[in-house]
Amino acid sequence: MKSFVVLGAGTGGTTIANRMRRRLDDSWNVTVVDPDPIHLYQPALLFIPFGGRTDGAIAHHRARTLRRGIDWIQHEVEGVDPAARRVSLAGGMTLGYDLLVIATGARLRPDLTPGLPQAMARGEAYDFYTLPGAKGLARALDRFKGGRLVLNVVEMPIKCPVAPLEFLFLADDFLRRRGLREKTELVYATPLDAAFTRPVAAERLGHMLEDRGIRVETSFSTGEVDADHRTLRSYDEREVPYDLLVSIPTHGGASFLEGTPLGNELAFVPTDRATLQVKGAAGAFALGDATDVPASKAGSVAHFQAEVLEENLVRAVRGDEPLPLFDGHANCFVESGGGKAMMIDFNYDVEPLPGHLGPFPLLRESRINHLGKLAFRPVYWNALLPGRPLPLPHAVLERRDTA
Amino acid sequence: MSATPVKLDAEGFLVDGGQWTREVAEALAGEERVSLTPTHWKVIDFVREEYAQQHASPGLRRISLGSGVGMKDLYALFPRTPGKSAARIAGVPKPKSCL
Repeated sequence: MKSFVVLGAGTGGTTIANRMRRRLDDSWNVTVVDPDPIHLYQPALLFIPFGGRTDGAIAHHRARTLRRGIDWIQHEVEGVDPAARRVSLAGGMTLGYDLLVIATGARLRPDLTPGLPQAMARGEAYDFYTLPGAKGLARALDRFKGGRLVLNVVEMPIKCPVAPLEFLFLADDFLRRRGLREKTELVYATPLDAAFTRPVAAERLGHMLEDRGIRVETSFSTGEVDADHRTLRSYDEREVPYDLLVSIPTHGGASFLEGTPLGNELAFVPTDRATLQVKGAAGAFALGDATDVPASKAGSVAHFQAEVLEENLVRAVRGDEPLPLFDGHANCFVESGGGKAMMIDFNYDVEPLPGHLGPFPLLRESRINHLGKLAFRPVYWNALLPGRPLPLPHAVLERRDTA
Repeated sequence: MSATPVKLDAEGFLVDGGQWTREVAEALAGEERVSLTPTHWKVIDFVREEYAQQHASPGLRRISLGSGVGMKDLYALFPRTPGKSAARIAGVPKPKSCL
C-alpha cells in the first residue's frame, strides 16, 4: 500500500484529504493526523464578541468532516523526517509516507509578547481568534461601560488580515447600539504604516475609520503589555493606554516545526509559492495558514490552494513534476457594520480592485455582501470541506472589468 | 555614484527593484540620515534574501529573528519605522496587508 498523509485537518487539510480520497485508488491509504476532535468554522469567531452564535452550527466533530476511507489519527505530531519520509507522533508511533501535505495551520503566540499572557489572565485582554478568547471578549464587552477600547495587531502575518478592520467596524456599530460610542475611545494600534496599505484600498476606503472616529496608531511595534498600568508600550517607547485590550498576538506555525528545516523563524513552512512544494523535502507539499507563502492566511486561500494542490498531487502520483499553478488568489467578505460588508478579490499580482464578482460588489459596502458572508457557513460544511463544486470563482483569479 | 537616475514612488521606494545596487542603498540610507554599518547590511541582506524567495517583505519580528539583530537595535539602526525603512533601503516594497 502507498501512503498519503495529511498533517492537520483544518480547512486546507480536510479539503485536500477529501479531494484526494476521491482521486486516489485503493492502492493508497489516506491518513489525516489531528489531535483535536472539533473542527471550528473560524469565520464565526469574529461575530462572537458581539453576541454571535456559539452553538453546533459553528463546530462539527472532525469525524463528520472526513470522507469514508480516510483514517484519522487523533495524535499530536512530534516531527517529520523528510529524508526518511516519516512522521513521528506523540506516544512513539511513526507513520511513513509516499506523499505528505503539511496543513497544521497557525497558532497564537501571546507568550512572545511580555505581559500579554498576564493581561489575558486578569481578564483585561482578549483575543478573538480562539473560541475561549472570543467568548471571554463577549462577556467583557457585555460588561463594558465605556473607556479606551484598543485593538492591537502585534505582528504580521496574521490569520484573516482584514479581521482587525472588521472587528473595529463591528465594535463601532455595537457600541453605538448600546449608547456607549460617545463614552468610548476606539483605537487601532497596527505594526503597518497605515490601516489601508494598498493605494486603491486606501483611496476608496481610507475614510471608513475617520468617519467612525477610530484613531489609528501606525507603525506601532508592540514591545510589551504593562498589565499593571493597562498600557501597551512599543519598541520605540510610545504608549497606548487601554481599559479593554483586544489583542491579535504574533502568529507562528506548529510547534513541531520550530527550529527545524521545515519551519522558518516563526515556524511557517518554507513553501514554493506557486507549486506549494515544501522546499528541501521530496514528496512534501503544504497549504493553508501553515505555509510561508505571501498569500493571505484565509480560508478562501486554503480552498483555492487545495484545488491546485490536488492537480499537483495527482501529477506527483504519476511521477510528473508539479506545475506553478497557484497565483495567490484570495477573496474575502469584509464586515463593515450596520448589516453591510465589502468584498475583495485579489492575488499575488492583482491588487484588490473595484467592480463586481457575480452579484457581489467589490471594494464597496453593501447588504448583499453581508448576506453572502452569513450564507457561506453551510456552503463551507456541505461543499467546500467535502470538495464539491462551489458557487465561487476558481482557483485562478479571473480577469474582469473594473468599471 | 551611478550616473543612471533611479525612479522612486511617492513614498520613496524604488519603482524598479532591478535598479537596486549597494550604492543606491547607500544613497537611500543617506536620505534618512542613516550611515550603513555592517549590522545594517546584515539586516538589508536578510530582507533582500527574503524578498528574493517569496516576493514579499518580512515583518519586523522576522527581520529581527532572521538577521539576529534585536528589536530595540533595529529601532536604533533604522529610526522611527525600521520595517519600512529597511525595506526601502533594501530596494523592496514596504510590508503590506491585503487591503
